Amino acid sequence: MYRIRFHGRGGQGMKTASRILGTACFLAGFEVQDAPRYGAERRGAPIFAYVRAGQAPIRERGIIRRPDLVVVADPTLVPIPAAGVLVGLDTHSLLLINSRETPQIWKGRLNCAGPVICFHPHSETRERSELPFVGTASAAAAARLLGFVELSHLEQAVQQELAGLDDPIVDKNLAIARRAHEQMAALEGRVREGEEASAHAYQIPDWIELPFEEARVSAPVIHAGLTSEAVPTGLWRTLRPVIDYDRCNRCWWVCSAFCPDGAIRVADGLPVIDYEHCKGCLVCMAQCPPHAIAALPEEEAAP
Amino acid sequence: MTRQLITGNGAAAWGARLARADYVPAFPITPQTEIIETLAAWIERAEMPGRLVTLESEHSMLTAAGAAAATGVRVFTATSSQGLLYAMEMLYTVAGWRAPFVLVNVSRGLATPLTLEPDHNDVLAARDCGFLQIHCATCQEVLDNLLIAYRLAEDQRVRLPVIVNLDGFYLSFTREPVDLPEPEEVDAFLPPFEARDIAFRASMPESQAVAVLGGSPYSYFRYESHLAALNGLGVYETAGAAFGEHFGRAYAPLDCYRCEDAEICYLMIGSFATKARVAVDSLRAAGQAVGLVRPRLLRPFPGEPLRKALLGKRGVAVIDQNLSFGMGGVLHAELASALYGQPQAPVLTSFVAGLGGRDIAPEELFEIARIAREAADNGVAPPPRLLYTEDELRELRTLQTLARVERNELGEA
Repeated sequence: MYRIRFHGRGGQGMKTASRILGTACFLAGFEVQDAPRYGAERRGAPIFAYVRAGQAPIRERGIIRRPDLVVVADPTLVPIPAAGVLVGLDTHSLLLINSRETPQIWKGRLNCAGPVICFHPHSETRERSELPFVGTASAAAAARLLGFVELSHLEQAVQQELAGLDDPIVDKNLAIARRAHEQMAALEGRVREGEEASAHAYQIPDWIELPFEEARVSAPVIHAGLTSEAVPTGLWRTLRPVIDYDRCNRCWWVCSAFCPDGAIRVADGLPVIDYEHCKGCLVCMAQCPPHAIAALPEEEAAP
Repeated sequence: MTRQLITGNGAAAWGARLARADYVPAFPITPQTEIIETLAAWIERAEMPGRLVTLESEHSMLTAAGAAAATGVRVFTATSSQGLLYAMEMLYTVAGWRAPFVLVNVSRGLATPLTLEPDHNDVLAARDCGFLQIHCATCQEVLDNLLIAYRLAEDQRVRLPVIVNLDGFYLSFTREPVDLPEPEEVDAFLPPFEARDIAFRASMPESQAVAVLGGSPYSYFRYESHLAALNGLGVYETAGAAFGEHFGRAYAPLDCYRCEDAEICYLMIGSFATKARVAVDSLRAAGQAVGLVRPRLLRPFPGEPLRKALLGKRGVAVIDQNLSFGMGGVLHAELASALYGQPQAPVLTSFVAGLGGRDIAPEELFEIARIAREAADNGVAPPPRLLYTEDELRELRTLQTLARVERNELGEA
């Protein structure tokens, strides 16, 4: 059985990516299981989705512990422990990262035992309109790396999964899928199936006896204000709102009042964005009366 | 018949559509919402006849479901977790009306703390309300058992509402290949609802909420519901076998996998049981006689089938994806009551696992089988075990540290 995990941020199309790849594998005659995993508040937050494909019916479920292929649509997720991008990677696992950097740099940075491949589906990052298509590109690249998915299966899968969208959008996705598929041509079929867990010799789980602890400790209470401050939700941001203070008319309240995360304070009559906690929802940009707020892709924005 | 990738939620919606549900009272809740969204879209586009009405709460939704069922139409509704509990008063009430319909519950752990991922404390809270319960392990089983559920609910020997349960995320949002039967094939298996005397009409008022004082009439009505629920076992067996004749997939109250010559069996319900199935194959490959018993039907409780399957086995590892505070795993206690005092009863070991969707690793299932075998060898069961590792506790300590930031900053440590 092949086990593939997609990592990205809410809004980058990871669920769609898993479905395109799942459908493509299914059309190629494989048994398939695919699923997304996310929580309540997800745009920009780390999410993952996974695909299992094999010749026999699939009974294994849930998170993939030992992936054969990990696709990272957003390289800024790698250092975030909660994203779990590197969990379960071993020497056989292939790591495909959407990055302009080289595999050598990533291998060194991550001290990674297995092979690393970098791909960059966008001709130019400045072409911001292409950012939302990273999911389709990821699915297409993964399909080529698996090797058994024909281009026609991939195209049919894109059409099937995007049915209901306007034709130009579907066409653009198809073009992006073909390009990513082509980019991986030299690496076709590089994904290797991992070994199945054996009951002969297995690692005994380190179960513990949970001790009783007083409710003062064991009740699920969090002290809201400062706890929220301790969680850097700014890491969820893909687009950064930037205030042009020359255009800001110092209304002093609109962006600040509409910010759902209380991440804009007003100091000396000027709004100041707290980038540690701004999730990049861009409500402020939509609300700003003089249009003084612009959105920049996070990887380009000055820190 | 076509084979497609469909989620558990999609399979539930298809089940309602193929059953030709006339009326769908609805209220959204994660991870169930997709079911009613799918049905709403079909009804909106006139791809499905029938009527969908959004209510202002699950309590009202269940009231509407029971009231509509009492008019003799075919009713489908769905909820999850907190929603099921919010409707709890009406679950008991409408079951007593003896008006049949089908409710899908998409299992999700209960607050507090709040979660979205599955365990079975929600549906087990509805254990004693009079609804029969079918527990599914695959998306295919969700679709098929929805159709069986209508046969079960509407049977004259039963006439009780039925809950079809599927796990949130692991089935609800997970796509698997599902054989989608043709509507005519389904019609042949599930004919239109013959309502007979179920004919409540606004023009002919009748009271469903009869008050009886003195325990005697009360006992009669309650016990009659119990007897009807017990009849559900035989009716499910017949309907499940008939389903096999129509579609080639037969269903029994228990799903027994490689049990015949097994010495040790896992006992679980729900989608996590397919993980145990994989573990059974691995253990068999390693030369160990292990099997899996998975009750599909939980109400009525399949006591006799369980005795038949398990008496003579050496050990049974009960894996409960639920926790009754102050008692332990619910299935363990129910199975013990079914086997108590019986000759050749196996040694039962109790494990609590998968709370709030916590994963169960293959190694953990191997170790559970080893412990169950050891208990059988010694004739003594170890204390119940929560599957929880040292790493998990370490991660929890990090969260606790974070949760106490304020306390620390205020100098209270």
